[in-house]
Amino acid sequence: MIEIRNIRKSFGDKTVIDGVSALMKPGQCNLIIGISGSGKTVLMKCMVGLFQPDSGEVLYDGKDFTNMKSDEKTDVRKEIGMLFQGSALFDSLTVEQNVMFPLNMFTNNSYRTNLKRVNEVLAKVNLQDTNKKFPAELSGGMKKRVGIARAIVLNPKYLFCDEPNSGLDPQTSMVIDRLIRDITEEYQITTVVNTHDMNSVMENGDYIIYMYEGRKEWEGNRKEIIFSKSQRLNDFIFASEFLKDAKDMRMLEETGKIANERDMTQLTDQDAPTLVPPPDEE
Amino acid sequence: MKIIGEIGQYLLMIKGMLSRPESMKMYWKEFIHQCSDIGIGSLGIVMIISIFMGAVSTVQTAYQLVSPLIPKSSIAQIVRDTVILEFAPTLICIVLAGVVGSKIASELGNMRVSEQIDALEIMGINTKTYLVLPKILAALLVIPMLVVIAAVLGIWGGRLAGSMADIISNSTFDKGLLEGFLPYNVFFALVKAYTFAFLISSVPAYFGYYVQGGSLEIGRASTKAVVTSCILILFADYILAALLL
Ligand SMILES: Nc1ncnc2c1ncn2[C@@H]1O[C@H](COP(=O)(O)OP(=O)(O)OP(=O)(O)O)[C@@H](O)[C@H]1O
Ligand SMILES: [Mg+2]
Repeated sequence: MIEIRNIRKSFGDKTVIDGVSALMKPGQCNLIIGISGSGKTVLMKCMVGLFQPDSGEVLYDGKDFTNMKSDEKTDVRKEIGMLFQGSALFDSLTVEQNVMFPLNMFTNNSYRTNLKRVNEVLAKVNLQDTNKKFPAELSGGMKKRVGIARAIVLNPKYLFCDEPNSGLDPQTSMVIDRLIRDITEEYQITTVVNTHDMNSVMENGDYIIYMYEGRKEWEGNRKEIIFSKSQRLNDFIFASEFLKDAKDMRMLEETGKIANERDMTQLTDQDAPTLVPPPDEE
Repeated sequence: MKIIGEIGQYLLMIKGMLSRPESMKMYWKEFIHQCSDIGIGSLGIVMIISIFMGAVSTVQTAYQLVSPLIPKSSIAQIVRDTVILEFAPTLICIVLAGVVGSKIASELGNMRVSEQIDALEIMGINTKTYLVLPKILAALLVIPMLVVIAAVLGIWGGRLAGSMADIISNSTFDKGLLEGFLPYNVFFALVKAYTFAFLISSVPAYFGYYVQGGSLEIGRASTKAVVTSCILILFADYILAALLL
């Protein structure tokens, strides 16, 4: 479990994170969403300690991480896996060496044991035959997946993913979302994901915070988000007509009114009728 | 004011680098990798420069010593002493500051900008220890070796040039080499080599490690690293000469 309390961070006189608090539980995907530049990456980096917040606390299972001594911090970090927005693979190492790196650093296993584990996680992200390739030879999406493989190879307790599916095709994107969801549930990981992919929000949003100009504008889960009254959040999530339609559909499903045509027309007299056959057709 | 801050940050980096390695095996691998990078990587240029450096000093010394009263063998003495005292340690290290320094600064700068250093930090690795320390230790091991090689090749180059241009015969040259030889000069050259090796590795590492921004800044940092380490080498050269000679 990760709790953040009133985090503030500014660069110069520009406040980037302005008093954000949240409680992120294990075994669920905690999403940070918001437009580009709203402070998602900075918030995540404050949580893992790559940026020192100006004020506020980050607690890992109740322990105050922000004010820990550096060797205590190191102990917490060994339980953290993180995927960076730009993947951050080591250029001079092959895919196999990249994924094996944490194993070599923190375990005394033999090469064969480590290789088995590496192949296992590479298979999880659908990258079986790339062991000997260098990062420069991979596509952006493949790099992302190697980054995920490296982040989960040590079975972390906390997993941070900065835009795991930006730059991926919808299908691979779904595979990654499922993968994140599955390992989160299987190992009861506290997973924090930055995203602006609506598919991930609807699939994985167990707990969502919506950031707007450094503030937490809204929090809730994927069911609540379609009923949110925040205009900004609505504009952000349901940016396209297609997504607006999808929202109406979800709303109908959630309220159970899709079966009852009369109620349905009452519920959404402007939008919904386009989604279902008009009552008189039947 | 800014420069005092930078010196402070540099010293903090040096201090922060002295912590216990997370895995001896990985650090050893990195150390060996750096040794071969720095050593083998610059062996070629060091060899070429030192042979020509010795050759030129023989020819020029002969040109300056026109008096028939001075024996030919003193050409060998002068070549030996200038090569050992100044050319091999200082000139070679200035060249290495360019070759090795820019490489260290841009490698670390690239790792910083592409968040690879952050990725290591997140894993719980002390990046100053893992990335900077092996480079400095490798430089301290390999650069003095290169300086010794440069001294030997420099003198050999001088001998070769002497016999090729009919300035001084090989036997006279060999005789001159042994005349008035001070082992202290070799010690002095090694003190210089170790000092410069530390500067060549730690100063560029500092500039690379703390790069902020993008690829433009990496280029800037490596230029700054080379310029700063060259100036520091010349400065240290003077201080050491004043102290030890
Ligand atoms: N190191 C830094 N120094 C100064 N300002 C920064 C720094 N890092 C981020 N910022 C600023 O903080 C703001 C938030 O940036 P951040 O990277 O968190 O956005 P984001 O929500 O992750 O956007 P995206 O979805 O595009 O990744 C931006 O306005 C950016 O200019
Ligand atoms: Mg971001």
